Amino acid sequence: MYQYDKYDQGMVDARVEEFRDQVRRRIAGDINDDQFKPLRLKNGLYLQLHAYMLRVAIPYGTFNSVQMRKLADIARKYDRGYGHFTTRQNIQYNWIKLEEAPDILAELATVEMHAIQTSGESIRNISADQYAGAAADEICDPRPWAELIRQATTFHPEFSYLPRKFKIAVISAPEDRAALRWHDCALRIVRNGKGEEGFEVYAGGGMGRTPFIAYKIRDFLPAQQIFSYLQAILRVWNLHARRDNIHKQRMKILVHELGEEEFRRQVEEEFQTFLALATDFPQAEYDRIAAYFTPPPFETGLGDEIDRSDPDFALWVDRQVVAHKVPGYAIANISLKPIGGIPGDISAEQMDIVADLAERYSFDEIRATHAQNLVLPHVRKADLYAVWQALDAAGLASVNLDLVTDIIACPGLDYCSLANARSIPLAQKISERFANMERQLDIGELKIKISGCINACGHHHAGQIGILGVDRKGTENYQLLLGGSGAEDTSQAKITGPGFDEAGIVDAVERTVERYRELREPGERFLDTYRRVGLDPFKEAIYG
Amino acid sequence: MADFRYRDDQPHEEPAVTLDAFLEQPDATAVRLEAGEDARRLIPFLDRLQLIEISFPRFRDGRGFSSARILREAGYKGELRAEGDVLIDLLFFMRRCGFDSFVSQHSLNPADVEAALNRYSHVYQNATDEAVPIWKLRHG
Amino acid sequence: MRILTGNDLKSGAVIWWTGHDWSLHVEDAVDVGEHGEAVLAAEDGARRVNGGYIVDAEATPEGPRPAHIKDRIRALGPTVRPDLTLKPADPTAGDWVI
Ligand code: HEM
Ligand code: SF4
Repeated sequence: MYQYDKYDQGMVDARVEEFRDQVRRRIAGDINDDQFKPLRLKNGLYLQLHAYMLRVAIPYGTFNSVQMRKLADIARKYDRGYGHFTTRQNIQYNWIKLEEAPDILAELATVEMHAIQTSGESIRNISADQYAGAAADEICDPRPWAELIRQATTFHPEFSYLPRKFKIAVISAPEDRAALRWHDCALRIVRNGKGEEGFEVYAGGGMGRTPFIAYKIRDFLPAQQIFSYLQAILRVWNLHARRDNIHKQRMKILVHELGEEEFRRQVEEEFQTFLALATDFPQAEYDRIAAYFTPPPFETGLGDEIDRSDPDFALWVDRQVVAHKVPGYAIANISLKPIGGIPGDISAEQMDIVADLAERYSFDEIRATHAQNLVLPHVRKADLYAVWQALDAAGLASVNLDLVTDIIACPGLDYCSLANARSIPLAQKISERFANMERQLDIGELKIKISGCINACGHHHAGQIGILGVDRKGTENYQLLLGGSGAEDTSQAKITGPGFDEAGIVDAVERTVERYRELREPGERFLDTYRRVGLDPFKEAIYG
Repeated sequence: MADFRYRDDQPHEEPAVTLDAFLEQPDATAVRLEAGEDARRLIPFLDRLQLIEISFPRFRDGRGFSSARILREAGYKGELRAEGDVLIDLLFFMRRCGFDSFVSQHSLNPADVEAALNRYSHVYQNATDEAVPIWKLRHG
Repeated sequence: MRILTGNDLKSGAVIWWTGHDWSLHVEDAVDVGEHGEAVLAAEDGARRVNGGYIVDAEATPEGPRPAHIKDRIRALGPTVRPDLTLKPADPTAGDWVI
């Protein structure tokens, strides 16, 4: 894992003091809320329904036990004993006091964490494949590049007052576990014919009220030139984005309005400008960063057999554990979606337990996933049973990875001031409806994603079943969408028709699932059946 | 007069003309760019210009950062002034993009300005200033 | 009736205008009639409230009840965490919210 040197530490420490000063000026009345808002947003601090909300970055989703314990301490000391993992591999606290926010940032800085650029019109936390460095299917570990990009885009002088937020994701595997093409800029590491590393570059994706799937603007960008290319993209957007309508300022709108060809042409032209300026980080710096990501000291000669005599454990292994690139090791997924629970929420005590397990069994590494779950990336197969027992005792051994109860949900109207409707109670009711394990396994992969408003924090556009909360004359109402995907077969979900109230939408989801079970052919996932038969048979089941 | 100026030469106080006026009759030595105007159109005239003023109508509108860098990268050496909704927390970035004077519609406290400009002793990336990026410090 | 709400600048807590001060309890809110804007301007200037706004509410024997669900949830706390609301011990406290 990457470790700060004195320079990185100096940056976050200075940031804490800067924010302390900004908070002081706000409380003293030197600046008004209009002026303070962008400053607090650049430090992840929102004003939400019940209090301030703080979003802490987990760069590319990787963190360790010391960091997790600090997150737990902060939850206990400054919040109400829990945190919420988000779809962008961050963690949010819901009950923060403005006065205490600088102290929290100072505590985070002691464990090499921060909230820099986790909101506001800035280059956000870089997200990555949660199995990076462990996945059997990856070309290389994408995290050194993600870290390099993190540094290059931190406090970028030209791009700190962007038209809107800018989200980057990096992966290096054919399977997309990071919702790649739903990002403003998406990078997939590939090798060219000569075996050199480079990026396949996608641009112009995003959700929100006008969803777009990013399109490919470069087949192969030599890896060393990534910073020049990113700056070119950012400059074209910064200069030409609309500035008159906050809803039309995301890069996806510019790309759409200019057209793919023209956008690409402008980026390529600006790219030449940046190449000439020689701002790219040298190979030596990449190598320095990459050295922190050398594989942990895996043991060799380990067996692959797992004692499956405990049926509950066997069930968990079959669903939550996936292949590791090293023999004798496995990747263990920790579900934060217990039946009837709040998706992504985790108590401080649970955080401590996950920290202990990571330290003891996973080379001190934890990952956060965009599906609001956690991962222990490097567990010896022989240790899985012990890990499972500890998770089970802590209420963290739910079996539902990618199943119908593994629901993504944004905070919705229970916490969010922008919401139209509550998301969490819906996730709870749907998971209760489908609690039966055999039925879940029979249904198979089915990703439900719920947002409490059009901003799409819950990824409803990418839901195989998506749910969108709307306000219908002051009451909560829910629209049903079908057919989205955030994986390598990216697609945008379509609205089925008129919306439902809370009870109605749960029934509609169930009718959709039952229709799939009637229609499916052997081996078909829900999404496959939907793509084969289209919307109509489902509409008929839903609306009669 | 600039509120804050970081240059040693004599202030140049000829009133700035608009970009359109300048392009029509390029004999002025001071030009004002509105947000959204294309800084590259000034590139042919950079050696005769002594003051370019870039407006920040709202602090959220960051186009001026790119305009400034474009001018400096094209070799402009004269005064580059940020004018308008210029807040303390923008100054550090503005300096790095090549601005060397500021006229703010707010009254900025000089001590706060000093603190803001000196907050960060290092930077991660190259820009148009002299600051040495951290990667270079790391590798000597 | 029309009542005023916002968040406390320093703590972020949801607060309601009582006529001379701010309270955590919507039950203490008073009808501001046509004076909402003026009170908000003064209170915002004094930094006693952040993001203040006027809401329509119904006067009931238990006190004012905001018309919009969002403000009712703000008044009590998240519906999914009764233990974190203003009245964690009262199982019926949320009955009027939804
Ligand atoms: C509770 C406070 C939150 C607020 C006020 C908020 C606000 C917003 C807004 C305004 C947008 C739309 C941006 C745009 O279209 O330009 C957005 C998008 C998004 N938010 Fe949130 N959000 C919140 C929480 C979350 C949470 C908890 C998550 C993760 C579960 C999240 C993840 C996202 C994602 C993934 C998007 C879509 C990005 C895109 O449009 O490409 N947000 N959010
Ligand atoms: S989707 Fe809407 S309701 Fe949900 S967190 Fe985002 S802004 Fe809030």
